[in-house]
Amino acid sequence: MTFFIVTLIKIVIVFAVFMTTLAYLQWIERKVLAHIQSRTGPLRVGPHGLMQPLADVFKLLTKEDVFPPFVNRFFYLLAPFIAVCLALITISIVPFGPEIEVAGVRTYMQIGDVHVGILLVLAITAVSVYGVALAGWSSNNKYSLLGGLRSSAQMISYELPLSLAIVSPLLLANQLSFRAISDSQAGYYLGFIPRWNIFQAPFPQIFAFIIFLIAAFAETNRIPFDLPEAENELVAGFHTEYSSMKFACFFMAEYANIVNITCVATLLFLGAWHPLFPAPYSNWVAPLVLLLAALSCFAQAAQPRRKNDQYTFPLFGVVFLVLTAIFVVAALEIVPVLSTILLSIFWFLAKVGLLIFAFIWVRGTLPRFRYDQLMHFAWTFLFPVSLLNLLITGLLVALFPERI
Amino acid sequence: MHFSPVPLSWYLTLSAILFVLGVAGFIYRKSVITVFLSIELMLNGVNLTFIAFSYQLHRIDGHIYSLFVMVVAAAEAAVGLAIILTVFKNRGTLQIDEVDTLKL
Amino acid sequence: MDTVLFIIFAIVAIVAGFNVVLQRHPISSALSLVGVMGSLAVLYLLLGAEFMAMAQMIVYGGAVMVLFIFVIMLLNAGAEKPSSKAWFAQIAGLPLLLAFIATLGFLIYSALPGLRAVEFGSWTMGTAEEIGKLLFTQYLLPFEVISVLILIAILGAVVLALKEID
Repeated sequence: MTFFIVTLIKIVIVFAVFMTTLAYLQWIERKVLAHIQSRTGPLRVGPHGLMQPLADVFKLLTKEDVFPPFVNRFFYLLAPFIAVCLALITISIVPFGPEIEVAGVRTYMQIGDVHVGILLVLAITAVSVYGVALAGWSSNNKYSLLGGLRSSAQMISYELPLSLAIVSPLLLANQLSFRAISDSQAGYYLGFIPRWNIFQAPFPQIFAFIIFLIAAFAETNRIPFDLPEAENELVAGFHTEYSSMKFACFFMAEYANIVNITCVATLLFLGAWHPLFPAPYSNWVAPLVLLLAALSCFAQAAQPRRKNDQYTFPLFGVVFLVLTAIFVVAALEIVPVLSTILLSIFWFLAKVGLLIFAFIWVRGTLPRFRYDQLMHFAWTFLFPVSLLNLLITGLLVALFPERI
Repeated sequence: MHFSPVPLSWYLTLSAILFVLGVAGFIYRKSVITVFLSIELMLNGVNLTFIAFSYQLHRIDGHIYSLFVMVVAAAEAAVGLAIILTVFKNRGTLQIDEVDTLKL
Repeated sequence: MDTVLFIIFAIVAIVAGFNVVLQRHPISSALSLVGVMGSLAVLYLLLGAEFMAMAQMIVYGGAVMVLFIFVIMLLNAGAEKPSSKAWFAQIAGLPLLLAFIATLGFLIYSALPGLRAVEFGSWTMGTAEEIGKLLFTQYLLPFEVISVLILIAILGAVVLALKEID
């Protein structure tokens, strides 16, 4: 019985945080893109534009739900449903930290560990093509159909390098469940080099990581591989005919997929929640980062040209200071459980956040591929390279069965 | 939690029903693609039988056989769909009984 | 719980299977088949075949059926026209099928005594590890042969597609 209650609590926490993250991810993306392009981004709604996601949700909910007359009704409604449901599954098997004991209950910081975890992620990725393909087909629109066709071809093509890039860290970990993969990356070489899979002996998986990231861009339909929804050639591709909440479903699915794939990358390559250097020193990274954030908030607020933010920025600074205090308590390890929870979540979210920032950064920097370039790149470069990487990894793992 | 067991014969009955449905689709349907889909349905029914008997014998050989069935189905789908594309390009139809001459 | 899950997904599989055969439009048939495959994956899990369940979703649901849907979308194939050419199948088909399923039912319920009752979690050998061990020792030759088969299939598909371009 306690198992059910604990699981229910974990589900509620993860779901609430995940949905909020999805809403704010869009705000963060707009802000980062704006700053890359020397604009300010959303500023008007709420303090420093922080209420913008809420406003967007209200706008999407209250918009007219246009139902085009020539669509295939059933599949037209089914497509966004498939997309958003599949995108929300993966987070349930992601571990955020080690085993903890709260009030006598031992539990993992994970909703549920699946024995074939990584295969489940691959299966969900494979099946999520249907959402986009069906949306394109059922819209009964040339551009949408082209978008759907492009997306199914692209996703099948890039799934191969993605899977091959996943296989090589699996060879190092010898396990399929996320919990075991994360545990296999604990510890340090020579006392300071982390045993993350991108540094792991006998063959560091840095190439696999890069291949995985490139394929992940294609799987999530992001620039530079956003051909299924290329605005200026396909007028937004597969979701041209969608409006209101159905459109929001596709949007949510896209951001959820980004979070999922960055979580998987963190778990497979960046050592999950294990810090970059050993424990007593790495505890202080979190307070230091938060303190820097607080100080920069105060410094920005003091500048005369920030006159819109003269009250909001000091407020943010105070919030960051409070967080700093909490993490100082965590770093001193006064309450061991609290330290474990906070620090592992900090390191996990820091890695995921950096990867998401990279996703947005790439969107702000790179142009779009042409369709033939996209296919050519996948089949003649990415696929052979990932195969070669897999061969070398397999050979080295077979030659040096005892890990250093 | 208590899990009440299910007789294995139910699984076998289900796979028999799926197989027969596949045969029915294979016989009655006239679109090449649907005929193909019916074959896949038959293969799925057979796979369920393999895995059910694998449970009965407590050996995983059945899993391996059904893995092979899957691989063969994938290969068959690749070639078969290429053939369907060629047939459609040459004759402009997917109806099986309209593709009844050896020469165009 | 086991029984409830089995009944739910068996009903989904059978309804979707009927849908595959009865729907006029190929894309509806194809998606119903995806439904069959998904519910079969759940049944595989109940039978302790976790690796096969995932392989079912990755290979069948994610690769083969996406290929089908891709081709259906590419050809923009409409609903099929009814045809009256195959008169023998239409007259004799249904009785023969009923006889066939009656035989199968008879075989299952009378000729197979001592069938186990399936209990979820009582047999957990269907892991990737066990399958890998068996696949690369006892079934090594079939495995190699089947990889050659896949290679031939790829070459065949490429040749057919190239011919089309000329």
